[in-house]
Amino acid sequence: VSPGIGAWITLSSALFCIGLAGVMLRRNPLVILLSIEIMLNAGNLLLVAGARYVGGNDGQVFALTVMAVAAAEVVVGLGLIVALARRDAPLDVDELRSLHG
Amino acid sequence: MQIAIFYLAGAAAVGSAIAVVVQRNPFLAALSLIVHLASLAALYLVLQGDFVAVAQLLVYAGAVMIMFLFVIAYLGDRADLDLRRGGIGAGAAGIAGLAIFVETVIAVRDSNSVLPAPANVAESFGSPATIGHLFLTNYLLTFEALSLVLLVGAVAGVVLGAGDLLPPPASDDHGDEPGEPAAKQERFDLRREGLRMQEDEQQHESEVGA
Repeated sequence: VSPGIGAWITLSSALFCIGLAGVMLRRNPLVILLSIEIMLNAGNLLLVAGARYVGGNDGQVFALTVMAVAAAEVVVGLGLIVALARRDAPLDVDELRSLHG
Repeated sequence: MQIAIFYLAGAAAVGSAIAVVVQRNPFLAALSLIVHLASLAALYLVLQGDFVAVAQLLVYAGAVMIMFLFVIAYLGDRADLDLRRGGIGAGAAGIAGLAIFVETVIAVRDSNSVLPAPANVAESFGSPATIGHLFLTNYLLTFEALSLVLLVGAVAGVVLGAGDLLPPPASDDHGDEPGEPAAKQERFDLRREGLRMQEDEQQHESEVGA
């Protein structure tokens, strides 16, 4: 017996909410990137579960696409953090006000 | 059996995700994320998405997380900051996260539809051959766009990481060592000088050849 689609949706939603709370609670940009990864993976889990439910393979193609985009996003995010560290800027998203936002 | 793995890996995924969010040390948070990604790979296996499970382990738990750990090690103590919003922000974050979760639970509460039994799933489901075929036929544009995205990401990573190639910032009020920007500028000038000499040489050679 395999768990129903409702169980998969509930699990994926729980993981997404944990990632969302991480982005909103933490101020360290590294941990914010990690939390974004949790949210992306929650979406991926739902895509694969949906593909299994429907019986098509398209959902898995979408999941692999999300993985590739996430890899590119991590490269840019980590590059920005390293550039910030080189300029001795504080690693705190609340302190980065150079753009006066 | 499937139910048991679902609950085990699901609990591991939720627990390690919570550990990522509440962990004070970013290095341990990244290690928790590796556990999270590995338990998601186990869940993909329960869903018979074999190729996605392997890609998850190789690409995410392997390559992406190595990059994270490398940057955290490079930053050293500077990454190790206990930064947590308190008060109203934390309350709002908790309420927003809980609201979405409760909403989903209410929405799927009455659903009793189950996934098709493993015996009824096509043999080709989730196999590398099927997914590769889809990528090269129906999703060819996605495939090509992804290669472009990854190329641009690699170039952006090099440009952001190679600080020496950029001229030093105009106003440096963060208390750098006084000699540092000058030295960087000198190296930058030297590199440009070298490039110019190479170009001259090439031009000379082509003139001689003509």
